[in-house]
Amino acid sequence: MKKQLISLKNIVVSFAIIIALWQIGFMTSNVNSSLFPSPSQAFQALVEMISDGSLFINIGASMGRFAIGYISSVVIAVLLGLVLGRLKCVFQYVNPIVQLLRPISPMAWMPFIVLWFGIGDIPAIVIIFIAAFFPVLLSTVSAVGEVDPIYFKVAKNFGIQQPQTMWKIIFPAAFPQIANGIHLALGTAWVFLVAGEMVGAQSGLGYLVIDARNNLRADILLATIIVIGLIGLILDALLKLLEKQILKSWGGGK
Amino acid sequence: MYIEVKDAVKTFKQGGTEFTALDHVSLDIEKGEFICLLGPSGCGKSTLLNAIAGFEPVTSGSIKIDGEEVKKPSIKNVTIFQNYGLLPWRTVQKNVELGLESLKIPKEERAKIAEKYIDLVGLSNFKNSHPKQLSGGMQQRVSIARALAVDPDIIFMDEPLGALDAITRMKLQDDILSISRQENKTIIFVTHDIEEAVFLADRIVVVTPNPGKIKCVVKVPLHGYRDRTSGDFLAVRSRIFEIFNMKHDENIEYYI
Repeated sequence: MKKQLISLKNIVVSFAIIIALWQIGFMTSNVNSSLFPSPSQAFQALVEMISDGSLFINIGASMGRFAIGYISSVVIAVLLGLVLGRLKCVFQYVNPIVQLLRPISPMAWMPFIVLWFGIGDIPAIVIIFIAAFFPVLLSTVSAVGEVDPIYFKVAKNFGIQQPQTMWKIIFPAAFPQIANGIHLALGTAWVFLVAGEMVGAQSGLGYLVIDARNNLRADILLATIIVIGLIGLILDALLKLLEKQILKSWGGGK
Repeated sequence: MYIEVKDAVKTFKQGGTEFTALDHVSLDIEKGEFICLLGPSGCGKSTLLNAIAGFEPVTSGSIKIDGEEVKKPSIKNVTIFQNYGLLPWRTVQKNVELGLESLKIPKEERAKIAEKYIDLVGLSNFKNSHPKQLSGGMQQRVSIARALAVDPDIIFMDEPLGALDAITRMKLQDDILSISRQENKTIIFVTHDIEEAVFLADRIVVVTPNPGKIKCVVKVPLHGYRDRTSGDFLAVRSRIFEIFNMKHDENIEYYI
């Protein structure tokens, strides 16, 4: 509890410093305020977006896409990773392809995605899916490879058969490392949500960014950017909490 | 004979050179016996245990349990490992239930059996703890309870007390001895500790390295509870020392 208070204090202080620097920068520069809004202008824009309801509608739209893209990506990548982690001979051939695809920014696929799936919700979902997929897949495969062989010996001795070995032994043994990958992928996927919504979407946080640009509303633009950062921060904290909870019930973490 | 090891040979390839871990080993074990495989590290005693338990097949020769060739591990012959082999994500209770799940025993009965054996090893107060919260000695007790829960015919123990401090080890030796009398299982116990072997075994199989061979089998003529300080105990211990050539003749020098 005391630790949490200290970290809360750290957050408040660091935010206060950045807002103060921003205010000083605003007052000392003579850039047009429609190009560089002050903290209070951004705050007013935020209030405006909240009161006309547009902020929460767009957050809702983004969160829906994010949930579908991220969760389906994690589930498929973990399942595939568990299987590939056990089938080393197959993974040898899959790995080069994965290593080729991994460094390609999901955004590079955008033209194809739009051509194949049209515009609307799908492009953003696909982009998020791709962004989360590879980190989770690779961390799962390597986690499975590092499971202590004694667990397999115990499983064999106690007559645990193949499908059960997967969820009774391999998954829980590999979970801490898999969770790391899932966590990393959350940040990456959130980054690409906004990028995905900037093309072809008619709602969502990415759309708000584009819309503010088109209307020359720097204050709304900045307010939206801050909201994107805050939601990313909250999602990260929530996932950390969930991870901790699972690890605790599995006798990990202290 | 209940367990029959005949002419077992096990070789490993180590960077191109062949290494003989077991060299024509033959051994007969009767049902209900407590056998200690005793020898220095790397003498092949664990290899022999792993072969009888079915984890690693022998290169040549045969190993039969109850007349049947051993091909793979079975839930009827449970192994207890030096590093316990407990599943850290399961509670003590769930760890002990592990083997019962494979035997398709209904949930309530599983819980009952597990509780009985957790009680037997004296850990009733810790059944909802996770292994990491327990000391090494307690963890090994959990794995003993887990082995007993499936009511195996044979229990293999691969240096189960090797990682424990001397006092905890002696306490667990006491418990293993009394449990083995009570449950009447065939036990094959690997150790490099002479005193431990004398304290526990009905027969001690002395294994020597390079290549792994049985040097001799020593019957321990002690019964029931054993006193580590009694004369009989020390006499057997001294015989084993002699076998390992670790007893030096006392050269008494006389000055007149």
